[in-house]
Amino acid sequence: MGYNKIKIEFLSKSQNESFARVSVAAFASQLDPTIEEITDVKTAVSEAVTNAIIHGYESEEDMITIEAIINGTELTVIVNDVGKGIDNLELAMQPLYTSRPDLERSGMGFTVMETFMDSLEVKSDKGRGTSIIMKKIFNPLS
Amino acid sequence: MHLNFENSEDKLIVYMAGELDHHSAEEVRNIIDDRLERDSYNKLIMDFENVTFMDSSGIGVVIGRYKKLHMRNGKVCVTNIKSSVKRVFELSGMFKIIMLYDDVEQAVNNI
Repeated sequence: MGYNKIKIEFLSKSQNESFARVSVAAFASQLDPTIEEITDVKTAVSEAVTNAIIHGYESEEDMITIEAIINGTELTVIVNDVGKGIDNLELAMQPLYTSRPDLERSGMGFTVMETFMDSLEVKSDKGRGTSIIMKKIFNPLS
Repeated sequence: MHLNFENSEDKLIVYMAGELDHHSAEEVRNIIDDRLERDSYNKLIMDFENVTFMDSSGIGVVIGRYKKLHMRNGKVCVTNIKSSVKRVFELSGMFKIIMLYDDVEQAVNNI
């Protein structure tokens, strides 16, 4: 399967959430994923992009970048924003915690990413933005 | 996302079709709430048979309706949940407070 990489960039409009998850899913399809594996990736990407839109940029519009890398059977997805960053990462990653209950957010975004991917790393600098790095290993078809 | 409404006595049934994410959630929430208010329903059945994708925004939509109706002694339940949607809901522990039925008929007969 070797090595492959894509990079996409789009405005932080909620209309682009489906574009983002479908694009990454299309790239990941080279790994012959099961429907469940592809749904996991789409859901995790959707959560990361939604966080960038709601929390990273709030009401501003700016660019979100996604890099997706295939290395053997491993998919890495990096979702970057240059927004306001996360104040308290430990708190933000707690299940059911949300800084925006007014928007009826469930506070489950990071939990979904952690559950549906094999690893999750969050790097955030106040005032500089956030990077979400997620990896998933696909089981090759026997 | 496309919504279709039906009613059965005092129960409002909403059939949802399409992708339920942060983008569609606001519209879904507004349309359902308008319908609930307009005809003063306090029982809501949300059908997921044709929901093709859902992220955690869907949890917010269901729990939000639950909170609203619970305040006036109402009820919310969900039907026809497929496994991809169920996995997202299960993470939140939502099924401790929101009933799940196989289909709309079962829900109508039980809430």
